[in-house]
Amino acid sequence: MSSNDYKSEEEILGKAYDSKLMKRLLGYIKPYKKYVIFAILLNIIVAALGPVRPYLTKIAVDDYIVNSDYTGLLYIGLALFASLLLQAVIQYFLTYYTQYLGQRTLYDLRTQIFNHIQKLALKFFDRTPIGRIVTRATNDVEALGELFSSGIVMVFSDIFIIIWILAFMFFMDVKLSLVTLSVLPVLIYGTFLFRRKVRESYRDVRLHLARLNSYMQEHVTGMSAVHIFHKEKDELKKFSSINNDYRTANINSIFYYAIFYPSVEILSAVAVGMIIWYGGGEIIQGSLTIGVLFAFIQYTEMFFRPIRDLSEKYNIMQTAMASSERIFKLLDNETFIKNPDKPVNLGKVKGSIEFKDVWFAYNDDDYVLKDISFSINPGETIAIVGHTGAGKTSIINILTRFYDINKGNILVDGIDIEKVDKKELRKHISIVLQDVFLFSGNIESNINLDKEEISREKVIEAAKIVGADEFVKNLPAKYDEEVKERGATLSVGQKQLISFARALAYDPQILILDEATSSVDTETEQLIQKAIEKLLVGRTAIVIAHRLSTIQNADKIIVLHKGEIRESGNHQELLAKRGIYYKLYQLQYKDQEVAVS
Amino acid sequence: MRNLYTLKKYFTRYKKKLFLGFIFILLSNAGSVYVPLLLKDSINALQQNTSEGVLLKYGLMIVGASLFAGFFRFLIRETIIVVSREIEFDLRKDFWAHIQKLPLRYFQNTSTGNIMAHATNDINAVRMFLGPAVMYSTDTFIRLMIVLTIMILLNVELTIFALLPLPFLSIVVFILGKKIHQRFTLIQEKFSELTTIVQENFSGIRVIKAYVREESESEKYAENSKDYLNKKMSLVRVQALIMPILFLITGISIIIVIWFGGIKVIDGEMNLGEMTAFIVYLGILIWPMIAVGWVINIVQQAEASMKRINIILAKPYEIEDTEISDHAISKLKGNIEFKNVSFRYNEHLPEIIKDFNLKIPSGSSLAIMGYTGSGKTSLINLIPRLYDCTEGEVLIDGYNVKTIPLGTLRTNIGMVQQEPFLFSDSVTNNISYGLKEIDEKRVKKVSEIANFDNDVEQFPHKYETVVGERGITFSGGQKQRCSLARALAIDPQILILDDSFSAIDTHTEEEILKNLKEFLNGKTSIIISHRISTVKDADNIIVLDEGKIAEQGTHDELIALDGIYADLHFKQMLEKELTELN
Repeated sequence: MSSNDYKSEEEILGKAYDSKLMKRLLGYIKPYKKYVIFAILLNIIVAALGPVRPYLTKIAVDDYIVNSDYTGLLYIGLALFASLLLQAVIQYFLTYYTQYLGQRTLYDLRTQIFNHIQKLALKFFDRTPIGRIVTRATNDVEALGELFSSGIVMVFSDIFIIIWILAFMFFMDVKLSLVTLSVLPVLIYGTFLFRRKVRESYRDVRLHLARLNSYMQEHVTGMSAVHIFHKEKDELKKFSSINNDYRTANINSIFYYAIFYPSVEILSAVAVGMIIWYGGGEIIQGSLTIGVLFAFIQYTEMFFRPIRDLSEKYNIMQTAMASSERIFKLLDNETFIKNPDKPVNLGKVKGSIEFKDVWFAYNDDDYVLKDISFSINPGETIAIVGHTGAGKTSIINILTRFYDINKGNILVDGIDIEKVDKKELRKHISIVLQDVFLFSGNIESNINLDKEEISREKVIEAAKIVGADEFVKNLPAKYDEEVKERGATLSVGQKQLISFARALAYDPQILILDEATSSVDTETEQLIQKAIEKLLVGRTAIVIAHRLSTIQNADKIIVLHKGEIRESGNHQELLAKRGIYYKLYQLQYKDQEVAVS
Repeated sequence: MRNLYTLKKYFTRYKKKLFLGFIFILLSNAGSVYVPLLLKDSINALQQNTSEGVLLKYGLMIVGASLFAGFFRFLIRETIIVVSREIEFDLRKDFWAHIQKLPLRYFQNTSTGNIMAHATNDINAVRMFLGPAVMYSTDTFIRLMIVLTIMILLNVELTIFALLPLPFLSIVVFILGKKIHQRFTLIQEKFSELTTIVQENFSGIRVIKAYVREESESEKYAENSKDYLNKKMSLVRVQALIMPILFLITGISIIIVIWFGGIKVIDGEMNLGEMTAFIVYLGILIWPMIAVGWVINIVQQAEASMKRINIILAKPYEIEDTEISDHAISKLKGNIEFKNVSFRYNEHLPEIIKDFNLKIPSGSSLAIMGYTGSGKTSLINLIPRLYDCTEGEVLIDGYNVKTIPLGTLRTNIGMVQQEPFLFSDSVTNNISYGLKEIDEKRVKKVSEIANFDNDVEQFPHKYETVVGERGITFSGGQKQRCSLARALAIDPQILILDDSFSAIDTHTEEEILKNLKEFLNGKTSIIISHRISTVKDADNIIVLDEGKIAEQGTHDELIALDGIYADLHFKQMLEKELTELN
């Protein structure tokens, strides 16, 4: 995580409600509309079961206890128990049910985001740090969880509870209700004031926490600079001052909580006091029974909770809005490589390739390939050589349509690749990249990449041909041997052999090979050379060559320099020219000749 | 609890405030427990046809008692919770003071995320114990004692019946809490698995696109996502139980009071006021009962976190001033000698430097060349004791570096690392990092030597420009020149440059080297480089290979030797030709 991630947290607190965002969010619940309505209806019923109990106690006091009716009291006891049990059971299922709805929606959203990102062009991945993309697909979705699962339904449930309580209170005694509710404006005002203050101080706390975290993050990364300049003492002072700001912010926020919670209790005591004074007065006058007093005291307690929790719900909304905004921004990103409307079928590919006056730039017109033209016959191998930055990798990127070219045409079997479905195109081309990427899984899944058509037998066959079978056989679990993240347990050479086996198992007509420069021991080097020879047999191949042997075996060598083709021909011809190739040869390949001989 | 015992010294530091906090808890409970008694009296008075004046008195007394309780409740938070923040501050400070002094080895072997997790999550878990857990457990205990006493005084039998279900509450919260914690851990594991899949997929997107595996990847992700959903729901199944069970148990207590108490009222063994008081007392006891189970879980988590923190606090500094440090040494001339020096990063790794011997006279310049992994950086790291050698000794002016006070040693050495680290602070502050106070003239002067001044003048806020902020990202070359200026600013007697020109073009490099010549007059310098152009004028050049000196001499001598150095020279000439070719 970069320090920027901590900083961006400062900006998290935004609007708590944005109707556009909300509308779009609610769109995700739409498929489950029926279920949501059912949950809300159920809520209306269950919301009444709590408020009914104080009313029942009123009956118990007024009708049975005062009149010494034992059986009546027993019935009330049973009725109370029944309502309690019913409420507990319904509440349980309702919670489970709404949570399921919420999680199910998250599941849909998560899958949608993943699929969307996967479809984006490589340009997007070049520009966006992986960490950020991962955060969108995981943490940001998680932040919506509370909104979907409890937020929406719970708001309804709170409202219904309040309505029921009001109904019972007013049914029993209108005047006493009004007296009791007179503290309500103060409570609501206080809650909102508290919410605002807490939000401010919460923002303050977050800000200082972000500073503290980014200080630590930065200094853990740059600890060597601290040591080299012997700044430990001064840095500790700096740290203490940031740490102190964080402490102060926290202590300030304690104040609001310390005021708010006792105040709510005092307010509820005021309500009770008024019930005693005013209600008691009515009892003396005979216009009210003791049972009603009893019930009202219980209602005050019930009433205060949902209102007190309002501030919490507000936070849920705020986080959800911020996350959804970021998610939707990603979903609205449409950096795609476009597929043609009516794709031409490649059919059975023979494997001829032609580049015709190709110009290509990653950004605007900063061309990395300039007017490139060459052709390869089916079954031929061409080697591309060049100094760093000559544009070798870009040739791979455009042939597979990872990027689209700016000018010119690329033809496979005489068909322009932009007229072909990109997935179909890629099915005929296998790429072996210099930097081998292994997924966590096992050896087999890294060779067949979970393609069911490539059976275990085919995997082993491919591994045998490229010589990977030798070392795989010696692993404890053979082809089921676990591959950790990025293949950490395998050597560089082994990883390469696996990637060769992968390319071979997919049996493409066209092969692109970006040879690795990293040095391996002589034995592995020979294995790799043999594997490459086998790999190239019967296929059209483009090789970004770092091996002398590969170059010497190629049908043709293309020398790229600063984005242009400067020389081409076979090894001997090019050497004789004493041009760029000759220099490259001395720089990169000559030593290998010595090593081999 | 053994690990939490470490916190004792912090508690002692704030014992006065904590003691006050406990007094406040006592007082606050006295107030809140009085309210139900007032209710009882007022209801009893009502049944005896009292006057409105008496009722008003009771009403006001209820409010008064609550005010009293609330006032102290405010003070409880302002003492106990505040203390928890104070201790958190102290603990984090001690933690950081310790971390800072750990050797570089620690930072190389521990991920930043890991250290951050200790500094944030673990300290936070301990804080939850210090504040809320301490507050609620004391509060619960005191309240329970007082309420129980009063209830028993009112009616023993009813107390026993009414409280019968409540212990179940603590048990349920504890058991469910544990289950929830377990399932929660499973969910977190699954979540990080899900994150890994996403991370891997996006990192390996080229392979996935090249082999057209998008659909199977989507299926895999959907499958895992579904599994995550199921795990979540298994948590919900337990979590959703809590509230209903809570209501059920407390509700049953209240029903018992109404039914059983009602019978007693009818029988005349009790009055209606006492019954009301009972119901209200039950309400007061519910939260503490829930808190008991909750507190136990917090304590368990704090214990685990404290254990992790203690492990770090117990790590030795390794490189520090000891009794052999000679504090009389305050200035170094810069005579460096390596005597039979061997070095390895740890006992399981092979030796990087093998029995190395070299003298670098004061005022001379040394250049080091060699392939990646030949031990160049490891060698120079031994001079300012970023690492200590495993065998042999490194001497400066005849003193073993281990006897030179760290402060003296490091302030006499200016070092520019391979990948220099700049702080997100202004250019001035970065360059004067090693200085006691900011000296703008000096900053300007060293920037000129490092050929950085021209760049800075182009920045929007010149020397006040903040590194890395709002699009001001330094290029590799700017970073290197800025950190060169930073090293020069302290006017070191020994200057060490670890491949510090790699991102700077040869033309600029030449100018810097020219500027440095004057600056380095009488100073010792060591330059690591891959470029012949950087090293060719050094008094002595060594070519390092597998931790040993393979070739040594001046530029001309080494060319004449026709070995590794000469080969590199030839290749670099070729490369130059290639890059200049159009």
